[in-house]
Parts: sequence; structure tokens; C-alpha cells
Amino acid sequence: MTGQHTSVEPRLGPPAAVRQLAVPVIVIGLLGAAGYLVFPEDLAFLTRLISITLLVLSLDLVVGYCGVATLGHAAIFGVAAYAVGNACIAGLADPLLLLAVGGLSGLVMGLVSGAIVTRFHGLPQLVLSIAIGQLVGALSNKLSSLTGGSDGLSGITPGRIFGVFGFDMFSRTGYLFSLAVLIVVFIVLTRLVASPFGLLCRGIRDNNLRARMIGAAVYPRLIAMYGVSGVVAGIGGALMAINTGVVGLDSVGFERSAEALVMLVLGGAGSLWGALFGAIVFQLFEHVVSAANPYHWLTLVGLLLVAIVLFAPQGLGPAVASRWRRLRRAGARP
Amino acid sequence: MTRPLLELRNVSRAFGGLRVNAEVSFTLGEGERVALIGPNGAGKTTLVNVITGDLAPSEGRVVFDGQDITDLSIPARVKAGLVRTFQITRLFTGLTVAENVALAVMQRRGMTWRFFARATFTPGVREEWRRILELLGIADLAARPVTELAYGQQRLLDLAIGLALNPKVLILDEPAAGVPHDEAPKILEAIDRLPREIAVLMIEHDMDLVFKFARRVLVLANGRLIFEGDAGAVTRDEEVRRAYLGSYADGRRRA
Repeated sequence: MTGQHTSVEPRLGPPAAVRQLAVPVIVIGLLGAAGYLVFPEDLAFLTRLISITLLVLSLDLVVGYCGVATLGHAAIFGVAAYAVGNACIAGLADPLLLLAVGGLSGLVMGLVSGAIVTRFHGLPQLVLSIAIGQLVGALSNKLSSLTGGSDGLSGITPGRIFGVFGFDMFSRTGYLFSLAVLIVVFIVLTRLVASPFGLLCRGIRDNNLRARMIGAAVYPRLIAMYGVSGVVAGIGGALMAINTGVVGLDSVGFERSAEALVMLVLGGAGSLWGALFGAIVFQLFEHVVSAANPYHWLTLVGLLLVAIVLFAPQGLGPAVASRWRRLRRAGARP
Repeated sequence: MTRPLLELRNVSRAFGGLRVNAEVSFTLGEGERVALIGPNGAGKTTLVNVITGDLAPSEGRVVFDGQDITDLSIPARVKAGLVRTFQITRLFTGLTVAENVALAVMQRRGMTWRFFARATFTPGVREEWRRILELLGIADLAARPVTELAYGQQRLLDLAIGLALNPKVLILDEPAAGVPHDEAPKILEAIDRLPREIAVLMIEHDMDLVFKFARRVLVLANGRLIFEGDAGAVTRDEEVRRAYLGSYADGRRRA
């Protein structure tokens, strides 16, 4: 079979690199344009959706690519959001610098919680991640001078992007800005997970002992990936703070961590596209259904999840991908 | 004998009061092909785990290539050239065949801290995993996910990962375990094609395989080395017969 061999060696060099760049730009760009057209009155919702999508992508890096079990990932997201809020209130107005603050505080949070969480495996690991989340949540409530406590941190008014594009009350600037950030992050992550480092992380996920038996030091890799994941979550938190101007306790809460995990499983852990689609589908569904039926929408979300687990247990991403491959193969046959 | 590569000096390992290995000493020279046999529960796998660093010995030293490695970590031993395969295949099940071998190649070359480089198809890396897969006769499987492989093919991939680490000593823990009987010769053929300079220590149950493979045989029973010598002489040794081969000879007669 000649087809077998071409799949061993995908097109290399510029075409592959261009594809890595072009596909996310086109797909996410089109999705973004569609969102703009369908929800022109609701850009604030879409902007929030993008922040959470970044959190889900970040979660995918540790859950899907490293096999770490965590239910405390929102702690990273929320701490970064608080850091950005405080930086902004203290006078740092440039949105790009604020993003950097978010990424940096996410990095620190990611490295610290990664160093603790990846020390353990299985259930202890999961419980520890929850504990870190609860600890951060409780601290956020107590340190009200930094977080505003249960009232939330408000008064975050970022300046203009590049000194030109100001944030408007219709979230138009915020939406486009967030979309651009999402595209850039997605492209960087696509390269990262396809790198030797990314491959080793997947190897560690599949078989920790074998990874050590090929001579790899596992723990530093997991911490490093946690750091990267922290940067992504931190950027998500920064966008949330910049766009809404408020950071509440829900940003660090357990519920947000759990919801992000549900979105990831829904879309398919271990695939960036899966994480992306899981986050989009879940949040759109929640948005539309909760508007249509404010009383029973949670029941419907539950039914959606049960249906996915029954009919596409690996998540939406892999299910769609395999359908697509089968269609193409059928189409290729005369 | 050739230059000694792996040397065990009075290695013992106990679990609580149970002594699984007792005062085991032997030497493995460059390019040697040695089989380690023994009845179930003789302590073979424990001994392998002590050699590779999975377990620390309770007493005794392990010397590799002139260096005492008793306190070295698993990755450090692998880097030095002491590599093993597993009795139950341990593969990277979410990756393709090519990626499994490429990962080992890149790890050996110290490339796995690269965050934005190409992985499996990096020039140099690509040639190397392809050469290894061709040597073992599974190059046509390169693009397949590991989960689609037959068990015999998985065993060969396990071996391929080991080879990718450039071993000086390769320890094969029951390489044909679980493989259908008619496929076992294929595994042996592949082992036969390994580069001559690699010293191979094979732990095996299948005596036919042992006699085809090894010139020298070590017999472990109740944690002690009770025989060390020529493959031809092992069946004539009275103590070995009593401990182990009796059941084998009986089995043959019955079969």
C-alpha cells in the first residue's frame, strides 16, 4: 500500500510549518467571525468564553498531555486575574503588559502547584489539587485588601491597546483582542505539543516507568509542562480581568475547575482541538439553553454530558475527526 | 572472556524476612549472549530489577563498565548503557510505532528539552528509528498506533525501544512471554540480528529458546545461583536437574 507510506512521512518543511500556522488562524478566525455575526449583542459573553477556553486549553496540557489529575486548575487562572487586577489598579494600564503580568503570575502559580501536585499519583494527586484550589479560594476570601473579598475586585480600567484601540462598552475591542490572543496561544501550543518535549510528556502520560526506563527524568518535565500550562491559564485570567473589569471569588473556585474539566472531557483530552471545541460547545450550549429555559437548563447540560459519554466516550474532537477521516476515505474510493 | 561490562558482587535482596536473592555473583562480558533461567519464583525478575535500579539490593554491589552503579538512579543507568525490556510490554500506548522509537532516540540524544523543534521527523532522528525498525523487520508498521499491533509485534517494538538507547548491555526479560508459540522464532531471529558488540542477558522460560540463543547459562533457584557454565552442560548438571530441569524433561516426555 502506498498510502501507508505517505502517512508515515507527512509533508515536511515549509508546508507542514505553514499548515501549523494557517489552520488555526483560518478555523479560529472563521469561528470568531461566526460568533460576531450570531451574537452581535452578546460579545461580552463571547469574550468570557474565550477566557475560559484558554483555561481549558491550559488544563489539557496537564490532564490530556501529561495524565495529571487535577480539580484545582482555576486557582492558577484566578490568582493571575487578581494579580492583573491589582497591577491595573496600581497604575499599569497597558493591556499587553497586563497580559504579561497574567502570564508571569500564572507561570509562578503553575510551577509551585505543579511541584506539589505531580509529586503524587492517582487519587492523592486529585485530592491535593482540590486542596490547593480550596486554599487559594479561602485566601482570596480572607485577603480582601488584595481581592475585594466576596465583593470582588473592581475598578479595573485598562488603557488602549497599542495606545490606539480603547475598550468599548460593547466589548468589540475586547472580543477582537481576546480572539487574537487565543489564535496566537493556540499556534504556540500546537508547536509545543508536537515538539520532542511534548512527545516525551505524552510518553510519560502513557507509561511513567517506561519513560524513566528510556532515561528520562519525569518530575522536571511535569513541572515544566505545569509552568507552561500556568502561563496559558494566567493569560486566560488576565483577559477575564481586562475585559470584565471585575474579578470575583468564582474565578478561583472549585466549580470553575470542575467545569473546565468537564469541558475538556467533553471535547476530548489530549487534543488541542478537542479542548477548543469542548469549551466552545459546552459554553454555547449553556448560554443558549439557560436563556431558553432558565429552570431546567442544568438538567439539559447533564443530559448532553450523558449523551456524549455514551456515544463519543473519547470526546467530541476524536469522534468528529474519525467521522471526517472515514468520510474522506469513502470519498477517495471510486 | 571479553572485557567485563556488568558485574554482580554478592547481591542479595530481601523483602522483610524473605530473601529473594542471596549472594548472587556473576560477570557479563562485551558481546556475550547469556541466558538466566530458573523455576517460577526463583527470583529472576527481582534480580533484573536490582540490576536496572528498580530495586536497591539489601547487600552487595552492582558494577557496570568499571563503575559502581549500585546507588545510581534508573535514568543514569540507562544513560550509561544499561537497558532492559519488560516481561509484560510497556509501551507508549498513545503514540505510533515510529514515535515510540523516536522518543527513545531523542531522549538518548538529549533533545527532549526542546520545546519548539520538530520531533519524530527531525533529520537524523528519522533515519535512526527507521534503521532500527528495519533491522527488526517492523518498518512497515511505523505509522500504526501501538494499540493496533499484535502482541508479537509489540514485543519487537519493546526491543526496538531498547535498541534505540544504544545499549552496551541489554537485558531481555522473557522476550517471548505471551507470544503465540509459532511466533516465538521470529522474536529469536530479531534477537539474533542485534549488533554483535551488545552484551545480552536473556531471562527465559522456554528452554528451546535458551539453547538456541545462549552459549553460557546461569541457573537461579531459591534466589541462589546454582549453576554457571556451558549451555550444553546445564542439562547434565545434577543439581540443576533436581531444581528445575526435571519438570522440563518430564514435560518433554509427556509432550
